[in-house]
Amino acid sequence: MNEAQRNYVLHTVEERGVRLVRLWFTDVLGNLKSFAISPAELENALEDGMTFDGSSIDGFSRVQESDVLAIPDPNTFEVLPWGDPKSAEARVFCDIHNLDGTPFEGDPRQVLRRNLAAARALGLTFFVAPDMEFFYFAPPQRGQAPEPLDEAGFFDLTASDIAGSLRKQTIRTLEAMGIPVEYSFHEDAPSQHEIDLRHNDGLSMADSIMTFRLVVKEVAATQGVHASFMPKPLEGVQGSGMHVHLSLFSGEENAFYSPDDAYNLSPIAKQFMAGLLRHAAEITAITNQTVNSYKRLVPGFEAPVHISWARNNRSGLIRVPIPKKGNPMATRIEYRSPDPACNPYLAFSVLLAAGMRGIREGYELPVEADANLFQLTDAQLIELGIDQIPTSLGDALKVMEGSELVKEALGDHIFEWFLRNKRNEWRAYKAHVSSFEHDRYLRSL
Amino acid sequence: MTVPAELLAVFPNPPPPDLARTLDLGGFRWKAVSGADDVARNEPTGGWAGAIIAADTDPEGAWALCRALRKRDVPVAPLLLLVGGGQLGDLALRDDLFDDFCLSPFHPTELEARLRHLLWRGGGGVKPDLVEYSALALNVETYQASIDGRPLDLTYMEYELLKFLAQNPGKVFTRELLLSRVWGYEYYGGARTVDVHIRRLRAKLGEEHQNLIQTVRSVGYRFGQSRWA
Repeated sequence: MNEAQRNYVLHTVEERGVRLVRLWFTDVLGNLKSFAISPAELENALEDGMTFDGSSIDGFSRVQESDVLAIPDPNTFEVLPWGDPKSAEARVFCDIHNLDGTPFEGDPRQVLRRNLAAARALGLTFFVAPDMEFFYFAPPQRGQAPEPLDEAGFFDLTASDIAGSLRKQTIRTLEAMGIPVEYSFHEDAPSQHEIDLRHNDGLSMADSIMTFRLVVKEVAATQGVHASFMPKPLEGVQGSGMHVHLSLFSGEENAFYSPDDAYNLSPIAKQFMAGLLRHAAEITAITNQTVNSYKRLVPGFEAPVHISWARNNRSGLIRVPIPKKGNPMATRIEYRSPDPACNPYLAFSVLLAAGMRGIREGYELPVEADANLFQLTDAQLIELGIDQIPTSLGDALKVMEGSELVKEALGDHIFEWFLRNKRNEWRAYKAHVSSFEHDRYLRSL
Repeated sequence: MTVPAELLAVFPNPPPPDLARTLDLGGFRWKAVSGADDVARNEPTGGWAGAIIAADTDPEGAWALCRALRKRDVPVAPLLLLVGGGQLGDLALRDDLFDDFCLSPFHPTELEARLRHLLWRGGGGVKPDLVEYSALALNVETYQASIDGRPLDLTYMEYELLKFLAQNPGKVFTRELLLSRVWGYEYYGGARTVDVHIRRLRAKLGEEHQNLIQTVRSVGYRFGQSRWA
């Protein structure tokens, strides 16, 4: 490890009077995990890592050896901007290693590192900018429908004041943590908000999304509000997506840009898109990993349903936004199916792997689908060669299971654990008898 | 050019006459030492500003002294080594024992230039520990930054970038130059990384102070006011 970086971290802890250092990492399902150490232990942790029992973490458990090593990434050391300034806390993201020092195959951050390195070996850096959507609710009660903030009654102040000030406070906290915000606004659905993050390299952005979800929830909790990234919390209104704007850079140059093309897209961009489209169904279980995710991916709510692309058609899976003033740096593609409940490390890994496969194999980009696909019949769609995104977690898992691409991108350990875990989730859901069925069948049948 | 006021330790005692003369003419303050004990006994209150060790007459004594100076709780640095042409092979695997070397017999101008550069790099005299500009203060010694007296919490790379910019106010830097000086060329993110970090720094500086870092259209970035404004 870089000596100067380590000194920087150790000095900062001392000078800022940091009392507690939180070591952050992520389990396979995308939950943020943390354990705290005292500043006295930090030097040792930076040098040798901290050993812990991996079997307590979802997706980390193995048959024989269960101990793993968390090694802090000093680049990610930040003093947390909340809490008591007199006894400050800091966080640092960790990479998980086996005790022999090799990357631990169950660590999503290591998986993303490996996929980014494969792109880098071809001279390409992966940049991502996500649009994060979420809802503010009253604190949820078990068995009760979620209560949006905008429907007054819960708060004395008008709800929009609360939500507005929450969003402002959230953005201030994000910026203080070095997560710049591009736009933010109230979304279409009641109590739904969107905060768009400014592009960053894939690893930093996955870290930022983990921080983002925590900050949004923490800030909301200070006002007794529950923030949720559930993909489709309310029936009949839009769900929460996480559209991701993707680009590849080759040094200074945006590898997606070409001045000679009608769409300003380079051959690399088109092959990357073709890779995403061809493997979209295989990677959907990762980008949309809950039973509930598939209730968002239905017609009529600006969520994609068909595997297609277009410049300005929001019903397709990939949109090619037209950059302001034709700025070459801003040329990018927008992949619209992921939701904010995904594991960002794994989602970016499979997106990148699918796109890179398109580049390596020189895939041909299908024609643009600029019609409103929701108005076409199934027969017309088949004629156009346009498939659907899997319509349930069960379907998505079935397609993923046969995908050599996803297996390679995730590695055997996570691939198999994920399938096992999610099949159980799907089975539990299938056995559930819902109020939909009671209402529809109990009396009539 | 300002001359460092602190005392340099010079080995052996007495030093070669041409070395003593060069140091005197360059305006350096120095004291001859005969070994590690001598260094400890004669250490000025603020510590030594650095050491010049001529290894051509007593190589064994010189290496032993280098090692002793490095092993102290507060190592003596920077350390400039003078070696004869036949001794170049001795430098191998001893990189940790010196900061730079000069071939003896030396050219007085070269020795002086190397020494000044070392002292600048090591924070000895020429480069201040505290960099201040407008409401921003950076303590290079403790790695801490503050704005309006409020601590500014930065990641390592954000701090390095801000330090580089604040040490060179008013100058315009291209992204490539910032990348090569702050990150080093091996960094994979490319010049785009610079933009990302600039944006993050501005976010942390806050609305009131984000103009400290200006974008110079189609060139790069500048910290603070242009000297021509």
